[in-house]
Amino acid sequence: MLTCEETAQLISERLDRTLTLRERLMLRLHLFGCDLCNRYARQLKFLQRACAEAGEEQLTEAAELDETARERIRNRLQQGP
Amino acid sequence: MLRGRLVAEKLDPNAWLDRYGDVLFRYAVARVRDKTVAEDLVQDAFLAAIGAVATYEGGSTEQTWLVGILRHKVLDYFRQSSREKQLQHEWSDEQDHDFDDEGSWAVSIDPWRTPEKAVEQDEFWGVLRGCVDTLPENLRTVFALRELDGLGTEELLATLDISTKNNLWVMLSRARKRLRQCLQNRWFEKWQQDVDV
Repeated sequence: MLTCEETAQLISERLDRTLTLRERLMLRLHLFGCDLCNRYARQLKFLQRACAEAGEEQLTEAAELDETARERIRNRLQQGP
Repeated sequence: MLRGRLVAEKLDPNAWLDRYGDVLFRYAVARVRDKTVAEDLVQDAFLAAIGAVATYEGGSTEQTWLVGILRHKVLDYFRQSSREKQLQHEWSDEQDHDFDDEGSWAVSIDPWRTPEKAVEQDEFWGVLRGCVDTLPENLRTVFALRELDGLGTEELLATLDISTKNNLWVMLSRARKRLRQCLQNRWFEKWQQDVDV
């Protein structure tokens, strides 16, 4: 029987790779009797889907080049590659 | 010849900095975090783009094309800097306090009410970004490249010089675990109290 710690690791890995048949069975067995890990699994899945569906404006801080940097880049670009 | 002329009319390098400078900077700084590094990467991307104007085929917008070039620069940067810093060593000695000696949860995993409504609110994304920023740099980097850029296991290994797949998957698992906890503390718990009252 898997511990919650091992289960949590598989719950995450499931988002990065295909689990083996044995791992899937062990995972299902643990999830069958563990509310916390079930919740954990739902929340991680939600987190990944939310990031995948979000736009760049949601995932990244509003940021602007400051004047000094802009000027430096402008000068460098004028010299050409 | 005709094609060359059309391309020349379409791409306008002199206007790039004004038009796309901020967009590109925002993209870069979200990934490398260091402002100066991000500025340099934007400059490198523009220079590479100027040199590659002839290869632009018009299949994408000017902005998408430039972001694609910047994306390569960002990955190159990680390839170089992770070799120097050996990212993967940072996590291994870290103790995991989220589980007890038997491997059961030592922290509470509370239910999240209506997460699908949370994603519709700007404040939620501010909290999520804040949580991502609390991650140690190595975890933040793997998380960003995995979930913002959708890189797969092989690409991540090649880019970040992490020695084994297992190390990578443990890092991703820790990043997600911390983020989940942070979102619970900073968003779902607060928000649920407000509603329940």
